[in-house]
Amino acid sequence: MIVGERKQFDQIWESIKNYKSVLILGCGTCVAVCQAGGEKEVGLLASEIRMKSQMEGKAIKIGEATIERQCDREFFDSIKDQARDYEAILSMACGAGVQFCAEVLEPIQVFPALNTRFIGVTEQEGNWAERCRACGNCVLGTYGGICPVTICAKGLLNGPCGGSKNGKCEAGQEKDCAWVLIYNRLKKQNRLENLRGIVAPKDYSLQNHPARVVNEFYTRPIISSGEEKNAK
Amino acid sequence: MPNSKLKQALDSGKFVVTAEAGPLKGTDIKEIEEIAHLLKGKVDAINVTDQQSSVMRLGSLVTCHLLKEWGVEPIYQLTCRDRNRIALQSDLLSAWVLGVENCVALTGDLPSSGDHPQAKPVYDLDSVQLLGVMHSLNEGHDMMGNELKGKTDFFCGAVVNPGADTEASLELQIIKMEKKIAAGARFFQTQAVFDPSSFEKFIKRVEQYKVPILAGVIPLKSAGMAKFMNKNVAGINVPQAMIDKMTKAEDKTQTGIALCAELIRTLKGMCQGVHIMAIGWEKKVPDIIAAAGL
Repeated sequence: MIVGERKQFDQIWESIKNYKSVLILGCGTCVAVCQAGGEKEVGLLASEIRMKSQMEGKAIKIGEATIERQCDREFFDSIKDQARDYEAILSMACGAGVQFCAEVLEPIQVFPALNTRFIGVTEQEGNWAERCRACGNCVLGTYGGICPVTICAKGLLNGPCGGSKNGKCEAGQEKDCAWVLIYNRLKKQNRLENLRGIVAPKDYSLQNHPARVVNEFYTRPIISSGEEKNAK
Repeated sequence: MPNSKLKQALDSGKFVVTAEAGPLKGTDIKEIEEIAHLLKGKVDAINVTDQQSSVMRLGSLVTCHLLKEWGVEPIYQLTCRDRNRIALQSDLLSAWVLGVENCVALTGDLPSSGDHPQAKPVYDLDSVQLLGVMHSLNEGHDMMGNELKGKTDFFCGAVVNPGADTEASLELQIIKMEKKIAAGARFFQTQAVFDPSSFEKFIKRVEQYKVPILAGVIPLKSAGMAKFMNKNVAGINVPQAMIDKMTKAEDKTQTGIALCAELIRTLKGMCQGVHIMAIGWEKKVPDIIAAAGL
Protein backbone atom coordinates (compact mmCIF):
# COMPACT_ATOMS: atom_id res chain seq x y z
CA MET A 1 0.00 0.00 0.00
CA ILE A 2 0.88 3.67 -0.20
CA VAL A 3 1.83 4.80 3.28
CA GLY A 4 1.09 8.37 4.26
CA GLU A 5 1.60 10.39 7.38
CA ARG A 6 -0.56 13.30 8.47
CA LYS A 7 1.08 16.71 8.27
CA GLN A 8 1.60 18.70 11.46
CA PHE A 9 -1.64 20.40 12.45
CA ASP A 10 -0.12 23.90 12.30
CA GLN A 11 0.85 23.35 8.68
CA ILE A 12 -2.64 22.16 7.79
CA TRP A 13 -4.21 25.07 9.68
CA GLU A 14 -2.00 27.61 7.85
CA SER A 15 -3.16 26.26 4.51
CA ILE A 16 -6.92 26.53 5.19
CA LYS A 17 -7.41 29.16 7.91
CA ASN A 18 -8.48 31.93 5.54
CA TYR A 19 -11.32 29.99 3.89
CA LYS A 20 -14.94 30.28 4.97
CA SER A 21 -15.73 26.63 4.21
CA VAL A 22 -13.54 23.56 3.94
CA LEU A 23 -14.48 19.98 3.02
CA ILE A 24 -12.18 17.38 4.52
CA LEU A 25 -12.08 14.50 2.05
CA GLY A 26 -10.77 11.13 3.20
CA CYS A 27 -9.57 8.22 1.10
CA GLY A 28 -10.82 4.77 2.06
CA THR A 29 -8.02 2.59 0.70
CA CYS A 30 -4.25 2.69 1.44
CA VAL A 31 -4.17 5.71 3.75
CA ALA A 32 -7.17 4.39 5.66
CA VAL A 33 -5.28 1.15 6.34
CA CYS A 34 -2.24 3.06 7.58
CA GLN A 35 -4.50 5.19 9.75
CA ALA A 36 -3.54 8.50 8.20
CA GLY A 37 -6.38 9.58 5.92
CA GLY A 38 -9.45 7.35 6.26
CA GLU A 39 -12.90 8.13 7.64
CA LYS A 40 -11.73 8.02 11.26
CA GLU A 41 -8.86 10.41 10.61
CA VAL A 42 -11.22 12.77 8.73
CA GLY A 43 -13.35 12.96 11.89
CA LEU A 44 -10.33 13.63 14.12
CA LEU A 45 -8.96 16.35 11.88
CA ALA A 46 -12.41 17.95 11.58
CA SER A 47 -12.67 18.16 15.38
CA GLU A 48 -9.21 19.68 15.66
CA ILE A 49 -9.98 22.31 13.05
CA ARG A 50 -13.35 23.15 14.63
CA MET A 51 -11.68 23.63 18.02
CA LYS A 52 -8.90 25.73 16.59
CA SER A 53 -11.24 27.94 14.59
CA GLN A 54 -13.37 28.50 17.67
CA MET A 55 -10.29 29.52 19.67
CA GLU A 56 -9.17 31.84 16.89
CA GLY A 57 -12.65 33.33 16.59
CA LYS A 58 -13.07 32.20 13.00
CA ALA A 59 -16.29 30.82 11.59
CA ILE A 60 -15.16 28.10 9.20
CA LYS A 61 -17.78 25.67 7.95
CA ILE A 62 -16.20 22.21 8.09
CA GLY A 63 -17.61 19.33 6.04
CA GLU A 64 -16.58 15.68 6.20
CA ALA A 65 -16.66 13.01 3.51
CA THR A 66 -14.69 9.90 2.59
CA ILE A 67 -14.67 8.15 -0.77
CA GLU A 68 -13.36 4.68 -1.50
CA ARG A 69 -10.40 5.88 -3.57
CA GLN A 70 -9.18 9.28 -4.71
CA CYS A 71 -7.01 7.71 -7.42
CA ASP A 72 -10.07 6.72 -9.53
CA ARG A 73 -12.23 9.44 -11.12
CA GLU A 74 -15.53 7.56 -10.75
CA PHE A 75 -15.44 7.57 -6.94
CA PHE A 76 -15.63 11.37 -6.90
CA ASP A 77 -19.14 11.26 -8.45
CA SER A 78 -20.79 10.77 -5.06
CA ILE A 79 -19.29 13.95 -3.53
CA LYS A 80 -19.09 16.27 -6.57
CA ASP A 81 -22.31 18.18 -5.69
CA GLN A 82 -21.43 18.38 -2.00
CA ALA A 83 -17.95 19.71 -2.85
CA ARG A 84 -19.42 22.70 -4.78
CA ASP A 85 -20.66 24.12 -1.45
CA TYR A 86 -17.07 24.57 -0.21
CA GLU A 87 -14.29 27.07 -1.00
CA ALA A 88 -11.51 24.58 -0.32
CA ILE A 89 -10.92 20.85 -0.05
CA LEU A 90 -8.50 19.31 2.40
CA SER A 91 -7.61 16.00 0.78
CA MET A 92 -6.40 13.24 3.07
CA ALA A 93 -5.29 11.04 0.16
CA CYS A 94 -1.75 10.29 -1.01
CA GLY A 95 -0.17 12.70 -3.49
CA ALA A 96 -1.75 10.87 -6.40
CA GLY A 97 -5.21 11.17 -4.88
CA VAL A 98 -4.74 14.87 -4.09
CA GLN A 99 -3.89 15.54 -7.74
CA PHE A 100 -6.95 13.69 -9.04
CA CYS A 101 -9.05 15.50 -6.47
CA ALA A 102 -7.79 18.88 -7.75
CA GLU A 103 -8.40 17.83 -11.35
CA VAL A 104 -11.88 16.40 -10.90
CA LEU A 105 -13.13 19.18 -8.61
CA GLU A 106 -11.52 22.08 -10.49
CA PRO A 107 -11.67 25.05 -9.87
CA ILE A 108 -12.12 24.36 -6.14
CA GLN A 109 -8.76 24.76 -4.37
CA VAL A 110 -7.35 21.56 -2.94
CA PHE A 111 -4.74 21.23 -0.15
CA PRO A 112 -2.93 18.11 1.06
CA ALA A 113 -3.35 17.02 4.66
CA LEU A 114 -0.83 14.16 4.39
CA ASN A 115 2.75 13.65 3.38
CA THR A 116 3.06 10.59 1.15
CA ARG A 117 5.92 8.45 2.43
CA PHE A 118 6.39 5.15 0.62
CA ILE A 119 5.09 1.85 -0.73
CA GLY A 120 5.10 -0.42 2.26
CA VAL A 121 3.65 -3.03 4.55
CA THR A 122 2.09 -3.19 8.01
CA GLU A 123 4.85 -4.58 10.23
CA GLN A 124 2.51 -4.51 13.20
CA GLU A 125 -0.34 -2.31 14.44
CA GLY A 126 0.82 1.28 14.06
CA ASN A 127 4.13 0.37 12.43
CA TRP A 128 4.55 0.58 8.66
CA ALA A 129 7.75 -0.10 6.74
CA GLU A 130 8.93 0.64 3.22
CA ARG A 131 9.35 -2.40 0.96
CA CYS A 132 9.40 -1.13 -2.63
CA ARG A 133 10.97 1.79 -4.50
CA ALA A 134 9.05 1.16 -7.72
CA CYS A 135 12.35 0.90 -9.60
CA GLY A 136 10.73 -0.56 -12.70
CA ASN A 137 12.91 -3.67 -12.88
CA CYS A 138 12.16 -6.07 -10.04
CA VAL A 139 15.15 -8.05 -8.76
CA LEU A 140 13.44 -9.78 -5.83
CA GLY A 141 13.79 -13.21 -7.44
CA THR A 142 17.57 -13.00 -7.23
CA TYR A 143 17.76 -11.80 -3.64
CA GLY A 144 15.43 -14.21 -1.88
CA GLY A 145 12.53 -11.78 -1.80
CA ILE A 146 14.45 -9.01 -0.01
CA CYS A 147 14.88 -5.81 -1.99
CA PRO A 148 18.39 -4.31 -1.89
CA VAL A 149 17.16 -1.27 -3.81
CA THR A 150 14.80 -0.46 -0.94
CA ILE A 151 16.22 -2.05 2.21
CA CYS A 152 19.88 -1.13 1.57
CA ALA A 153 20.13 2.57 2.46
CA LYS A 154 22.42 3.08 -0.54
CA GLY A 155 20.43 0.84 -2.90
CA LEU A 156 23.56 -1.17 -3.70
CA LEU A 157 23.35 -4.19 -6.01
CA ASN A 158 26.70 -5.92 -5.50
CA GLY A 159 26.83 -6.43 -1.76
CA PRO A 160 27.15 -4.35 1.40
CA CYS A 161 29.20 -1.21 1.88
CA GLY A 162 31.78 -1.06 4.67
CA GLY A 163 29.27 0.47 7.06
CA SER A 164 27.43 -2.70 8.07
CA LYS A 165 27.98 -3.37 11.80
CA ASN A 166 26.53 -6.30 13.78
CA GLY A 167 24.09 -6.88 10.95
CA LYS A 168 22.83 -3.31 11.22
CA CYS A 169 23.00 -0.43 8.77
CA GLU A 170 25.27 2.60 8.73
CA ALA A 171 22.07 4.66 8.56
CA GLY A 172 21.12 3.62 12.09
CA GLN A 173 21.30 0.74 14.52
CA GLU A 174 17.51 0.28 14.31
CA LYS A 175 17.83 -0.63 10.62
CA ASP A 176 18.91 -4.08 9.45
CA CYS A 177 21.68 -4.38 6.87
CA ALA A 178 19.79 -5.57 3.77
CA TRP A 179 22.76 -7.66 2.69
CA VAL A 180 22.94 -9.61 5.93
CA LEU A 181 19.20 -10.34 5.60
CA ILE A 182 19.69 -11.40 1.98
CA TYR A 183 22.69 -13.57 2.86
CA ASN A 184 20.81 -15.35 5.64
CA ARG A 185 17.71 -15.93 3.47
CA LEU A 186 19.69 -17.24 0.50
CA LYS A 187 21.76 -19.46 2.79
CA LYS A 188 18.58 -21.06 4.14
CA GLN A 189 17.43 -21.56 0.54
CA ASN A 190 20.80 -23.03 -0.36
CA ARG A 191 21.36 -20.57 -3.19
CA LEU A 192 24.16 -18.27 -2.01
CA GLU A 193 25.52 -18.50 -5.54
CA ASN A 194 23.00 -15.77 -6.40
CA LEU A 195 25.34 -13.34 -4.66
CA ARG A 196 28.20 -14.12 -7.03
CA GLY A 197 28.79 -12.46 -10.36
CA ILE A 198 28.87 -8.73 -11.01
CA VAL A 199 25.48 -7.05 -11.26
CA ALA A 200 25.47 -4.40 -14.01
CA PRO A 201 24.50 -0.79 -13.28
CA LYS A 202 20.77 -0.27 -12.93
CA ASP A 203 18.80 1.23 -15.81
CA TYR A 204 17.46 4.42 -14.29
CA SER A 205 15.71 5.38 -17.52
CA LEU A 206 13.01 2.99 -16.26
CA GLN A 207 12.39 5.51 -13.52
CA ASN A 208 11.94 8.54 -15.75
CA HIS A 209 9.07 10.66 -14.50
CA PRO A 210 6.18 10.81 -14.97
CA ALA A 211 5.82 7.10 -15.64
CA ARG A 212 2.81 5.52 -17.33
CA VAL A 213 1.65 1.94 -17.80
CA VAL A 214 -0.71 1.13 -20.65
CA ASN A 215 -2.39 -2.27 -20.97
CA GLU A 216 -3.46 -2.52 -24.59
CA PHE A 217 -5.94 -5.28 -23.86
CA TYR A 218 -8.09 -2.76 -22.02
CA THR A 219 -7.36 0.34 -24.08
CA ARG A 220 -8.05 -1.00 -27.58
CA PRO A 221 -11.46 -0.14 -29.05
CA ILE A 222 -14.12 -2.69 -28.06
CA ILE A 223 -15.58 -4.30 -31.20
CA SER A 224 -18.05 -7.15 -30.89
CA SER A 225 -17.50 -10.10 -33.24
CA GLY A 226 -20.63 -9.15 -35.19
CA GLU A 227 -19.39 -5.62 -35.77
CA GLU A 228 -16.00 -6.99 -36.74
CA LYS A 229 -17.64 -9.00 -39.54
CA ASN A 230 -19.61 -5.97 -40.70
CA ALA A 231 -16.47 -3.87 -40.71
CA LYS A 232 -14.86 -6.35 -43.07
CA MET B 1 53.67 5.75 -20.99
CA PRO B 2 51.77 4.98 -17.81
CA ASN B 3 54.03 5.18 -14.88
CA SER B 4 52.16 4.64 -11.64
CA LYS B 5 54.86 4.78 -8.95
CA LEU B 6 52.48 2.92 -6.66
CA LYS B 7 52.22 0.06 -9.14
CA GLN B 8 56.01 0.01 -9.52
CA ALA B 9 56.46 -0.11 -5.76
CA LEU B 10 54.01 -3.00 -5.40
CA ASP B 11 55.53 -4.85 -8.36
CA SER B 12 59.01 -4.49 -6.82
CA GLY B 13 57.88 -6.60 -3.85
CA LYS B 14 58.88 -4.02 -1.24
CA PHE B 15 56.63 -3.37 1.75
CA VAL B 16 54.61 -0.42 0.51
CA VAL B 17 53.53 2.48 2.72
CA THR B 18 50.63 4.75 1.84
CA ALA B 19 49.19 7.54 3.94
CA GLU B 20 46.01 9.50 3.77
CA ALA B 21 45.27 13.21 3.58
CA GLY B 22 41.90 14.85 3.76
CA PRO B 23 41.52 18.23 2.08
CA LEU B 24 40.22 20.92 4.42
CA LYS B 25 37.03 22.92 4.16
CA GLY B 26 37.94 26.04 2.22
CA THR B 27 40.57 27.20 -0.20
CA ASP B 28 43.54 27.32 2.17
CA ILE B 29 45.97 24.63 1.00
CA LYS B 30 48.89 25.45 3.32
CA GLU B 31 48.26 22.53 5.66
CA ILE B 32 48.07 19.91 2.94
CA GLU B 33 51.18 21.34 1.26
CA GLU B 34 53.09 21.02 4.52
CA ILE B 35 51.93 17.42 4.89
CA ALA B 36 52.94 16.66 1.31
CA HIS B 37 56.45 18.05 1.81
CA LEU B 38 56.83 16.26 5.13
CA LEU B 39 55.79 12.87 3.69
CA LYS B 40 57.52 13.21 0.33
CA GLY B 41 60.03 10.38 -0.08
CA LYS B 42 58.81 8.71 3.13
CA VAL B 43 55.63 7.13 1.76
CA ASP B 44 54.98 5.54 -1.62
CA ALA B 45 51.71 7.36 -2.17
CA ILE B 46 49.06 9.42 -0.42
CA ASN B 47 45.33 8.77 -0.68
CA VAL B 48 43.23 11.89 -0.99
CA THR B 49 39.81 11.36 0.52
CA ASP B 50 36.67 12.36 -1.34
CA GLN B 51 34.41 14.52 0.87
CA GLN B 52 35.27 12.22 3.78
CA SER B 53 32.43 11.43 6.20
CA SER B 54 30.17 13.35 3.80
CA VAL B 55 31.62 16.66 4.99
CA MET B 56 31.89 19.15 2.14
CA ARG B 57 35.44 20.35 1.47
CA LEU B 58 38.05 20.95 -1.21
CA GLY B 59 37.90 18.29 -3.90
CA SER B 60 39.95 15.13 -4.08
CA LEU B 61 40.75 15.54 -7.78
CA VAL B 62 42.36 18.97 -7.57
CA THR B 63 44.20 17.99 -4.37
CA CYS B 64 45.61 14.93 -6.14
CA HIS B 65 46.82 17.19 -8.92
CA LEU B 66 48.53 19.48 -6.38
CA LEU B 67 50.22 16.50 -4.69
CA LYS B 68 51.56 15.45 -8.07
CA GLU B 69 52.96 18.96 -8.61
CA TRP B 70 54.61 18.79 -5.19
CA GLY B 71 56.26 15.51 -6.15
CA VAL B 72 54.06 13.11 -4.19
CA GLU B 73 52.29 10.15 -5.79
CA PRO B 74 48.53 10.64 -5.30
CA ILE B 75 45.79 8.03 -5.00
CA TYR B 76 42.47 9.51 -6.07
CA GLN B 77 39.62 8.28 -3.88
CA LEU B 78 36.33 8.39 -5.69
CA THR B 79 32.99 7.69 -4.03
CA CYS B 80 29.63 6.95 -5.59
CA ARG B 81 27.72 9.16 -3.19
CA ASP B 82 27.83 12.54 -4.91
CA ARG B 83 28.03 11.91 -8.66
CA ASN B 84 26.10 9.97 -11.22
CA ARG B 85 27.77 7.81 -13.88
CA ILE B 86 28.23 10.74 -16.25
CA ALA B 87 30.05 12.88 -13.68
CA LEU B 88 32.14 9.95 -12.39
CA GLN B 89 33.40 9.08 -15.86
CA SER B 90 34.08 12.73 -16.68
CA ASP B 91 36.00 13.23 -13.43
CA LEU B 92 38.07 10.13 -14.16
CA LEU B 93 39.00 11.49 -17.59
CA SER B 94 39.85 14.82 -15.97
CA ALA B 95 42.00 13.07 -13.36
CA TRP B 96 43.98 11.28 -16.03
CA VAL B 97 44.57 14.53 -17.94
CA LEU B 98 45.84 16.10 -14.69
CA GLY B 99 48.38 13.30 -14.27
CA VAL B 100 46.59 11.23 -11.64
CA GLU B 101 47.34 7.55 -12.22
CA ASN B 102 45.94 5.71 -9.20
CA CYS B 103 42.36 5.61 -8.09
CA VAL B 104 40.40 3.82 -5.42
CA ALA B 105 36.67 3.20 -5.82
CA LEU B 106 34.46 3.49 -2.75
CA THR B 107 30.73 3.49 -2.07
CA GLY B 108 30.89 6.56 0.18
CA ASP B 109 29.28 7.27 3.55
CA LEU B 110 25.65 8.36 3.64
CA PRO B 111 25.09 12.13 3.59
CA SER B 112 23.38 11.79 6.98
CA SER B 113 26.79 11.34 8.63
CA GLY B 114 28.11 14.67 7.36
CA ASP B 115 27.49 18.39 7.49
CA HIS B 116 24.86 18.44 4.72
CA PRO B 117 22.49 15.73 5.96
CA GLN B 118 19.70 16.99 3.69
CA ALA B 119 21.71 16.28 0.52
CA LYS B 120 20.35 13.85 -2.07
CA PRO B 121 22.48 10.68 -2.02
CA VAL B 122 23.31 9.51 -5.55
CA TYR B 123 24.71 5.94 -5.58
CA ASP B 124 23.91 5.66 -9.30
CA LEU B 125 26.77 3.14 -9.43
CA ASP B 126 28.25 1.05 -6.64
CA SER B 127 31.96 0.52 -5.99
CA VAL B 128 32.09 -2.71 -8.03
CA GLN B 129 30.42 -1.06 -11.01
CA LEU B 130 32.71 1.98 -10.65
CA LEU B 131 35.75 -0.29 -10.89
CA GLY B 132 34.21 -1.71 -14.07
CA VAL B 133 33.83 1.81 -15.42
CA MET B 134 37.51 2.55 -14.68
CA HIS B 135 38.40 -0.61 -16.56
CA SER B 136 36.31 0.50 -19.56
CA LEU B 137 38.05 3.88 -19.68
CA ASN B 138 41.39 2.07 -19.55
CA GLU B 139 40.24 -0.02 -22.50
CA GLY B 140 39.45 3.12 -24.49
CA HIS B 141 35.69 3.34 -24.25
CA ASP B 142 33.07 4.67 -21.86
CA MET B 143 30.69 2.37 -19.98
CA MET B 144 28.22 2.48 -22.87
CA GLY B 145 30.91 1.31 -25.28
CA ASN B 146 31.44 4.67 -26.96
CA GLU B 147 35.00 5.11 -28.13
CA LEU B 148 37.24 7.60 -26.33
CA LYS B 149 39.65 9.87 -28.12
CA GLY B 150 42.56 9.28 -25.78
CA LYS B 151 42.16 6.66 -23.06
CA THR B 152 43.23 6.33 -19.45
CA ASP B 153 45.52 3.76 -17.86
CA PHE B 154 44.58 3.92 -14.22
CA PHE B 155 46.02 1.63 -11.58
CA CYS B 156 42.76 0.83 -9.81
CA GLY B 157 42.27 -0.16 -6.22
CA ALA B 158 39.48 -0.85 -3.81
CA VAL B 159 38.79 -1.22 -0.12
CA VAL B 160 37.76 -4.16 2.01
CA ASN B 161 36.73 -4.53 5.63
CA PRO B 162 38.65 -7.49 7.10
CA GLY B 163 37.13 -7.04 10.56
CA ALA B 164 33.57 -7.93 9.60
CA ASP B 165 32.00 -9.15 12.82
CA THR B 166 29.67 -11.96 11.81
CA GLU B 167 29.85 -14.93 9.45
CA ALA B 168 27.42 -13.23 7.09
CA SER B 169 29.35 -9.93 7.11
CA LEU B 170 32.69 -11.60 6.50
CA GLU B 171 31.38 -13.83 3.70
CA LEU B 172 29.69 -10.83 2.11
CA GLN B 173 32.95 -8.83 2.30
CA ILE B 174 34.85 -11.66 0.63
CA ILE B 175 32.22 -12.14 -2.09
CA LYS B 176 32.34 -8.41 -2.79
CA MET B 177 36.14 -8.47 -2.79
CA GLU B 178 36.04 -11.20 -5.45
CA LYS B 179 33.71 -9.05 -7.53
CA LYS B 180 36.00 -6.05 -7.15
CA ILE B 181 38.95 -8.09 -8.38
CA ALA B 182 36.91 -9.37 -11.32
CA ALA B 183 35.90 -5.78 -12.10
CA GLY B 184 39.52 -4.62 -12.18
CA ALA B 185 40.83 -3.90 -8.66
CA ARG B 186 44.59 -4.46 -8.64
CA PHE B 187 45.27 -3.61 -5.00
CA PHE B 188 43.30 -3.29 -1.76
CA GLN B 189 43.51 -0.99 1.21
CA THR B 190 41.68 -2.24 4.29
CA GLN B 191 39.62 -0.77 7.08
CA ALA B 192 41.79 -0.17 10.14
CA VAL B 193 43.22 -3.32 11.69
CA PHE B 194 44.00 -3.48 15.41
CA ASP B 195 43.89 -7.20 16.06
CA PRO B 196 46.59 -9.01 14.02
CA SER B 197 45.19 -12.49 14.76
CA SER B 198 41.77 -11.78 13.23
CA PHE B 199 43.49 -10.02 10.30
CA GLU B 200 45.63 -13.10 9.75
CA LYS B 201 42.50 -15.27 9.47
CA PHE B 202 41.15 -12.88 6.86
CA ILE B 203 44.43 -12.91 4.94
CA LYS B 204 44.43 -16.72 4.90
CA ARG B 205 41.03 -16.58 3.21
CA VAL B 206 42.01 -14.06 0.53
CA GLU B 207 45.69 -14.67 -0.22
CA GLN B 208 44.60 -17.06 -3.00
CA TYR B 209 43.54 -14.01 -5.07
CA LYS B 210 47.17 -12.83 -5.33
CA VAL B 211 46.14 -9.19 -5.15
CA PRO B 212 48.34 -6.92 -3.00
CA ILE B 213 46.72 -5.91 0.29
CA LEU B 214 47.72 -2.84 2.28
CA ALA B 215 46.53 -3.22 5.86
CA GLY B 216 44.92 -0.07 7.22
CA VAL B 217 46.23 1.23 10.54
CA ILE B 218 45.12 4.17 12.69
CA PRO B 219 47.42 5.50 15.45
CA LEU B 220 45.44 5.83 18.67
CA LYS B 221 45.43 9.27 20.28
CA SER B 222 43.63 8.18 23.43
CA ALA B 223 41.70 5.34 25.05
CA GLY B 224 38.53 7.33 24.41
CA MET B 225 39.20 7.35 20.68
CA ALA B 226 39.54 3.55 20.71
CA LYS B 227 36.30 3.10 22.65
CA PHE B 228 34.49 5.49 20.33
CA MET B 229 35.64 3.57 17.24
CA ASN B 230 34.75 0.21 18.79
CA LYS B 231 31.25 1.46 19.41
CA ASN B 232 30.63 3.39 16.22
CA VAL B 233 32.87 2.30 13.36
CA ALA B 234 32.03 -0.84 11.42
CA GLY B 235 34.77 -3.45 11.37
CA ILE B 236 36.97 -1.79 13.99
CA ASN B 237 37.78 -3.74 17.12
CA VAL B 238 40.56 -2.32 19.28
CA PRO B 239 41.58 -5.05 21.75
CA GLN B 240 41.11 -4.23 25.45
CA ALA B 241 44.85 -4.70 26.14
CA MET B 242 45.62 -1.87 23.71
CA ILE B 243 42.98 0.37 25.28
CA ASP B 244 44.47 -0.33 28.72
CA LYS B 245 47.95 0.63 27.51
CA MET B 246 46.56 3.93 26.25
CA THR B 247 44.71 4.53 29.53
CA LYS B 248 47.87 3.97 31.59
CA ALA B 249 50.22 5.83 29.27
CA GLU B 250 51.82 9.00 30.63
CA ASP B 251 52.81 10.22 27.19
CA LYS B 252 49.74 9.35 25.09
CA THR B 253 51.31 10.59 21.87
CA GLN B 254 54.45 8.49 22.18
CA THR B 255 52.44 5.45 23.29
CA GLY B 256 50.00 5.85 20.37
CA ILE B 257 52.89 6.04 17.92
CA ALA B 258 54.69 3.08 19.55
CA LEU B 259 51.58 0.87 19.52
CA CYS B 260 50.93 1.70 15.87
CA ALA B 261 54.56 0.96 14.96
CA GLU B 262 54.45 -2.34 16.85
CA LEU B 263 51.27 -3.30 14.98
CA ILE B 264 52.86 -2.47 11.63
CA ARG B 265 55.85 -4.67 12.45
CA THR B 266 53.47 -7.55 13.23
CA LEU B 267 51.42 -7.02 10.08
CA LYS B 268 54.52 -6.77 7.89
CA GLY B 269 54.81 -10.51 7.48
CA MET B 270 51.16 -10.91 6.51
CA CYS B 271 50.53 -8.46 3.68
CA GLN B 272 52.15 -6.32 1.00
CA GLY B 273 52.01 -2.96 2.69
CA VAL B 274 50.38 -0.68 5.17
CA HIS B 275 47.99 2.21 4.76
CA ILE B 276 48.38 4.72 7.60
CA MET B 277 45.21 6.70 8.28
CA ALA B 278 46.50 9.28 10.72
CA ILE B 279 43.24 11.28 11.05
CA GLY B 280 44.78 14.64 11.99
CA TRP B 281 48.18 13.21 12.91
CA GLU B 282 49.50 13.25 9.32
CA LYS B 283 52.62 15.09 10.45
CA LYS B 284 53.44 12.24 12.85
CA VAL B 285 53.43 9.65 10.04
CA PRO B 286 57.25 9.91 9.58
CA ASP B 287 57.67 9.12 13.31
CA ILE B 288 55.41 6.07 12.98
CA ILE B 289 57.34 4.86 9.93
CA ALA B 290 60.66 5.36 11.72
CA ALA B 291 59.45 3.59 14.86
CA ALA B 292 58.19 0.68 12.74
CA GLY B 293 61.63 0.41 11.18
CA LEU B 294 60.37 0.80 7.63
